[in-house]
Amino acid sequence: MRYMMLIHHDQQALAAAPQQELWADYAAFNEALAKAGAGFSSGERLKGGEAATSVRVRGGKTDVLDGPYADTKEQFAGYFMIDVADLDEAVAWAKRCPSSKYGVIEIRPLWADAPGKR
Amino acid sequence: MSSGDEAHRAAERAARSSYGRLVAFLAARTRDVAAAEDALAEAFAAAVRSWPVEGVPANPDAWLLTVARRRQLDDFRRRQTRTSGEAHLQLMADEMEEASRSGDAVPDRRLALMFACAHPAIDRGLRAPLILQTILGFSAEQIAAAFLIPPATMGQRLVRAKLRLKQAGIPFAIPEREELDARLDAVLEAIYAAYGRGWSEVEGGTPGELAGEAIWLGRLVVSLLPRQPEAKGMLALMLFAEARRPARRDPSGGYVPLDEQDTSLWDTAAIAAAEALLAGANAEGPSGRYQLEAAIQSAHVVRRRHRIDTWPAIVALYDHLLALTQSPVVALNRAVAVAERDGPTVALPLLDAMATDPRLAGYQPYWAARAALLTRAGRRGEAREAFTVAIGLSTDDAVKRYLAQRRDTLGKPD
Repeated sequence: MRYMMLIHHDQQALAAAPQQELWADYAAFNEALAKAGAGFSSGERLKGGEAATSVRVRGGKTDVLDGPYADTKEQFAGYFMIDVADLDEAVAWAKRCPSSKYGVIEIRPLWADAPGKR
Repeated sequence: MSSGDEAHRAAERAARSSYGRLVAFLAARTRDVAAAEDALAEAFAAAVRSWPVEGVPANPDAWLLTVARRRQLDDFRRRQTRTSGEAHLQLMADEMEEASRSGDAVPDRRLALMFACAHPAIDRGLRAPLILQTILGFSAEQIAAAFLIPPATMGQRLVRAKLRLKQAGIPFAIPEREELDARLDAVLEAIYAAYGRGWSEVEGGTPGELAGEAIWLGRLVVSLLPRQPEAKGMLALMLFAEARRPARRDPSGGYVPLDEQDTSLWDTAAIAAAEALLAGANAEGPSGRYQLEAAIQSAHVVRRRHRIDTWPAIVALYDHLLALTQSPVVALNRAVAVAERDGPTVALPLLDAMATDPRLAGYQPYWAARAALLTRAGRRGEAREAFTVAIGLSTDDAVKRYLAQRRDTLGKPD
């Protein structure tokens, strides 16, 4: 099954983390993802919520808003893709991701991959 | 009981055993429990109609699988088979072939299904209901009644949980060695929760159906994982409790506490089975929660049957259990055992220390135990108050009557 792994960071916890160690861990983690096979993508990091823009169209009128869609303590900060047998393997990859120590990894199966796909 | 009833029960039991086996078998590959249940629902109904009359077939699984496949084929033909239908038929054909290759029995994947139902990604409160439905074929209405939830709500939750099994990619597998202990805990917890429901549903001493089914599931886990001491410990614990069921109510339905029970009413066969399981568990591995709790029940049996003072051993077992679980309920039970060993004046300060725990403020056994100890210590006014709180927190009428009687023996307030 293919899963998108959404990384949500707690900015304060991340800032307090030992930076050198964190990015060294990330380099190793990305290397592991790159070696894992075809369905995997290395982690993509997003710029912070202050760089985000949110757009919506309602009744033909376009709203362009400054800032992220959800303004929460833990911010959507990046993602990686995996292709594994089941949720247990996905959880194992989430635990390996260095960000799991400073935030939350949300595991989302891809719709096109669900067993009931049309 | 007439022989017709017995034939019906035998058929129902065989059908139920087949039901879980076939749901597990059909869902193992697709992770689609709902589709497996749909395929089997009619076959199961046909079996319950025909087996009591015709007798249980030599190979119940094959009988059910054949009927299920025939019904499904008809269904697909009626609906002008879509592509997904063809894929499904292909899958079913593969499964049939696999089943026939494996000899006379369909491979037993019920344990894998139980591990899926008790997966950490499934809401804790839904694990026991899911197991009851998928392994035993209980209806949402039956489960809802046992868990005191409206049937429609329980139905929706079960449907969502099954969808989640499929869509989240929850594995239908027995976990790897390093994960097995923690994951087995969740399976045992779900079965024990079902037993707990069955235990409290008892009315006037009649055996609760759910309790019996939970014991059946416990036996299934022990037979499929024979080297897991905690599985044996849990089955032993359930059997000890079950053995005392006939003595828990007097002929007029009144509550009888353990120390006043007529031990000749205890089920000796169940106690012997529990003792054997506990001995097996102790020989196999370190003592976990269920083993310790079963050992405590064993000590109670010795104490009551042979009039041997086992309270020091019981306190020691509770010490281990408390270190393991940090549970306030265990701390309470330990304090009660300390009262038996050292007297109420030693135990009451232990209860006082727990009084601030919000988890115990609304816990009926805490107030009942407190009332009993205060009575023995001669603190009648406080005892009366504690009995009143305990009565207010009781949901069982027999227990309420018992506590009220004990409160009355304290006399009127000064």
